[in-house]
Amino acid sequence: MVARTVLHDADITRALRRIAHEVLESRRGEGRLVFLGIPTRGATLADRIQRIVDEIEPGVSSAGSLDITLYRDDLAKSPTRTPAPTRIPAEGIDDAIVVLVDDVLYSGRTIRAALDALVDHGRPRVVRLAVLVDRGHRELPIRADFVGKNLPSATSERVSVRLVEVDGADEVTIEP
Amino acid sequence: MRHLLSTRDLDRETAIRILDVAEDMAQTADREVRKLPPLRGKTVVNLFFEDSTRTRLSFESAAKRLSADVITFSAKGSSVSKGESLKDTAQTLAAMGADAIVVRHHDSGAAHQLAHAGWIDAAIINAGDGTHEHPTQALLDAYTIRARRFGAGARGRDLAGMRVAIVGDILHSRVARANVWLLTTLGAEVHLVAPRTLLPHGVEHWGATVHEHLDDALAAAPDAVMMLRIQSERMRDAYFPSAREYARVWGLTAERLALLGPDTMVMHPGPMNRGLEISSAAADSARSTVLAQVTNGVSIRMAVLYLLVAGSSGTAEPTGGEG
Repeated sequence: MVARTVLHDADITRALRRIAHEVLESRRGEGRLVFLGIPTRGATLADRIQRIVDEIEPGVSSAGSLDITLYRDDLAKSPTRTPAPTRIPAEGIDDAIVVLVDDVLYSGRTIRAALDALVDHGRPRVVRLAVLVDRGHRELPIRADFVGKNLPSATSERVSVRLVEVDGADEVTIEP
Repeated sequence: MRHLLSTRDLDRETAIRILDVAEDMAQTADREVRKLPPLRGKTVVNLFFEDSTRTRLSFESAAKRLSADVITFSAKGSSVSKGESLKDTAQTLAAMGADAIVVRHHDSGAAHQLAHAGWIDAAIINAGDGTHEHPTQALLDAYTIRARRFGAGARGRDLAGMRVAIVGDILHSRVARANVWLLTTLGAEVHLVAPRTLLPHGVEHWGATVHEHLDDALAAAPDAVMMLRIQSERMRDAYFPSAREYARVWGLTAERLALLGPDTMVMHPGPMNRGLEISSAAADSARSTVLAQVTNGVSIRMAVLYLLVAGSSGTAEPTGGEG
């Protein structure tokens, strides 16, 4: 029952740097980038990736968060959840390149909810998806454009992402 | 939390949770699409045995913003006026598949009875029962005070150390009762001001400071002054000599307005009797939160409906979980 660390802090930093570069490359020199993280840890990751992008190409990007609680497809089947704040950058998302950011991509249901929430805020030019860990087992036709690490896992296993801003340390663990 | 019947049932954590969710709901007001999906397929019934256009409209727009189907059932012109009992009405609504019932009734305790008599399984929200309780009004008042004082940093906070004066017809006011209980739970210091004839028995046990003159309460430098409506429809006896005298001693006149601190809020649950309990100078001043209270009312009612109706049970669970 022991948790195995699959990404250490330096691995996470490297993965986020690589994602930042890939996002910039896919932008092909034009378009406003808006990184929208899904609370809690996705929002932290979106802020981090945006900071890296801003170092490389200042002024082309902004970051925010997009809460999906009210859009979940399992709302009625689980106890009421408290929503988290949504922060949309002041310039809005119309005609922007929106990059949704989450920590773990699993069933794909969170992203489905995020796409629904997104259209209520405006009409981006394109929407991309960046995740730190893709652990497989999709239940919907959704895939990530930018992946920090592909982590084949069993559904019984538990993948946990911890980040300094939220949990005091950076690491990704998997436990049986 | 299964029903919302009284602010006395709310502990500090639950109250703050409702206010925080209302912050999230308020945030959605300036989006391109204001509609949210969490109550899709749910039915909310507005059951009003007593007229109240504002409260009914507020609940109705809250429920619609959350995508619920809304049925409005007002006592006038319904079989209630033909003598149908509360029980029969409740069972009819249950048979129609109501998920929540927002009830306004002229008898104190009606919402409580609806919730606990076992006639119906729906969540019951008290929208005012007699002279007893009006919990969503108190919640929206607390929300308004918190938002005015702390702005963007309001989330997670209570009202510790804040002084709120509630002025006017305490005797008949469900708004006053609901507010005293909630504000006290949130750590605020409550001052009640009324002519002796408009103070209920046992008011000294409410945990609030009681004043007979408005000037004494204003001397305590309150953060908010909440003026209650003089409810002429409930006044069957002479509770004060004349309207002019009431306005002079207990009304928030332009002169008294000038004595208030620069950050003191002037609140009123509406509808206002201008020139009686509140002067136009006070009602229209920058200190007035009257319109903010109306806007915040929708957010609070959205929060309450969401928390009571969206999930499978009323118990709390933190956000998160991978997916």
